[in-house]
Amino acid sequence: MTLSLNDVKRIADLAYIEIDDNQAQATLTQLSSIFNLIETMQSVDTTSVEPMSHSQSVTQRLRDDIVTDSDQRALFQALAPQVEEGLYLVPQVIE
Amino acid sequence: MQWEIVIGLEVHTQLSTQSKIFSGASTAYGAAPNTQACEVDLALPGVLPVLNKGAVERAIKFGLSINAKINSPSIFARKNYFYPDLPKGYQISQFELPIVQGGNIHIQLDGEEKIIRLTRAHLEEDAGKSLHEDFHGMTGIDLNRAGTPLLEIVSEPDMRSSAEAVAYAKTLHTLVRWIGICDGNMQEGSFRCDANVSVRPMGSEKLGTRCEIKNLNSFRFLEKAIDFEARRQIEILEDGGLIRQETRLYDANKDQTRTMRSKEDANDYRYFPDPDLLPLEISHDWIEQLQKTLPELPQARRDRYSAQFGLSKYDASVLTGSREMADYFDTAVKLLPEHAKLCANWIMGEISGQLNKENMEITDCPVKPSDLVALLARISDGTISGKAAKTVFESLWQGEHGKNVDTIIATKGLKQISDDNAIEKLVDDVLAANPQQVEDYRNGKEKAFNSLIGQIMKATQGKANPAQVNAILKKKLTQ
Repeated sequence: MTLSLNDVKRIADLAYIEIDDNQAQATLTQLSSIFNLIETMQSVDTTSVEPMSHSQSVTQRLRDDIVTDSDQRALFQALAPQVEEGLYLVPQVIE
Repeated sequence: MQWEIVIGLEVHTQLSTQSKIFSGASTAYGAAPNTQACEVDLALPGVLPVLNKGAVERAIKFGLSINAKINSPSIFARKNYFYPDLPKGYQISQFELPIVQGGNIHIQLDGEEKIIRLTRAHLEEDAGKSLHEDFHGMTGIDLNRAGTPLLEIVSEPDMRSSAEAVAYAKTLHTLVRWIGICDGNMQEGSFRCDANVSVRPMGSEKLGTRCEIKNLNSFRFLEKAIDFEARRQIEILEDGGLIRQETRLYDANKDQTRTMRSKEDANDYRYFPDPDLLPLEISHDWIEQLQKTLPELPQARRDRYSAQFGLSKYDASVLTGSREMADYFDTAVKLLPEHAKLCANWIMGEISGQLNKENMEITDCPVKPSDLVALLARISDGTISGKAAKTVFESLWQGEHGKNVDTIIATKGLKQISDDNAIEKLVDDVLAANPQQVEDYRNGKEKAFNSLIGQIMKATQGKANPAQVNAILKKKLTQ
């Protein structure tokens, strides 16, 4: 798979990462070498291997449906730059 | 040209757990802002999600109730997008291997049954709430809802009208409450619909370009939004235009949909398996155990009501509108099995009517199934007429006379005159007093008969058994 400079810029945009053209070019080179590595790995025969979604073959532990956390709003909001009426304030976003 | 409307629905149901899907914070509705948002919901550094067993169980129950496949393993994935009410920068959802795959739902419309196929149902967390007003140009964020467990239920594009879409949504709404996985409260956002709508020339196999209408929180809006959207698309196509794939919002005040975002600026969610969550294994034993906890489902009850009691499809479907109503009917009919239709009529008529009027649920109905049955027994044995029964019903509703049906009948003098001799005497008296009408009837004037009935009923203050009066009068007139 070949990656274009536009792909890199679009991914950066989606990830909210600001990069200039030089950085984009450098990132393209780095990402392309990663893709080359993946391509090399894809030549390995994996037909008899079950795909896995996690690197460890253990399964998800579950917790019982019980409320264990109580209100710690004052503690958490002490970290927030701006709060009002119990709400966290952020720069306005309207989609 | 004839157009065909094609609709698929995505329904977000909020699962009725006590705690959140990945944290131990409460999910109770209506708390003060951010008092139910813990470090996991806030995405503070270093926290890890731990999956709520109750949410998984509810999803499995849903899958079992629609004959779907339960995937094991099932995988959680990150859906990446930026919005301040999603502090992690991604929503934990499912992409590949959702917990529920396939299945179907039977809907009833105008006495016809139709099967709607389901694509999948997956577990995910809800986002928080953004409040855009009154914060001097800033947005206020309440994260109480962040992390609330949702089951997103996705149908195939199997519906062909807004009425079918509403029937499907209502059937689903009944089902999730029936099996106790969601409270179904639409005002509080526990059951939210998105509709995918496209149109195509009648007879065409190829799907048209679709638009998605977001966040329809009532059945009425669902119907109106689909109708508007289908009309909009047909007008564009008939003018030679093309439909742009986009997400639209329904504005209830204007009764129209408008663009929210087009496909070009649609997010690429960059799904990938969440490394914080391991594959979810669901054992056969666990599934079997949950299967045993499922109540008799609406479809099975409808079938039983038709087979066992000979009720019409319509009656059976009204009575199974909620599990509580069906349970009420079952309790009543067990006490009066030979009069199932009478029980059904009274529950769908007087009881439902009065509950609606007083905005009450059937579980709070002051007339209990045993009270109703005591009343219906007095109708069926001829003690009281249907009309007098309504008076007794009102008394029962008000809790008068210790809710004793026989005391109410006696106190109010509602007992029906069912004695043949007494009625014959009454009929004789009325006939003797009205020779002209008797003459008229014998000369073929049918109307005179009703007039005579009226006079007899009046003479008894409506207490004579109408069927007996009818028979005796007919006999006397033809003598």
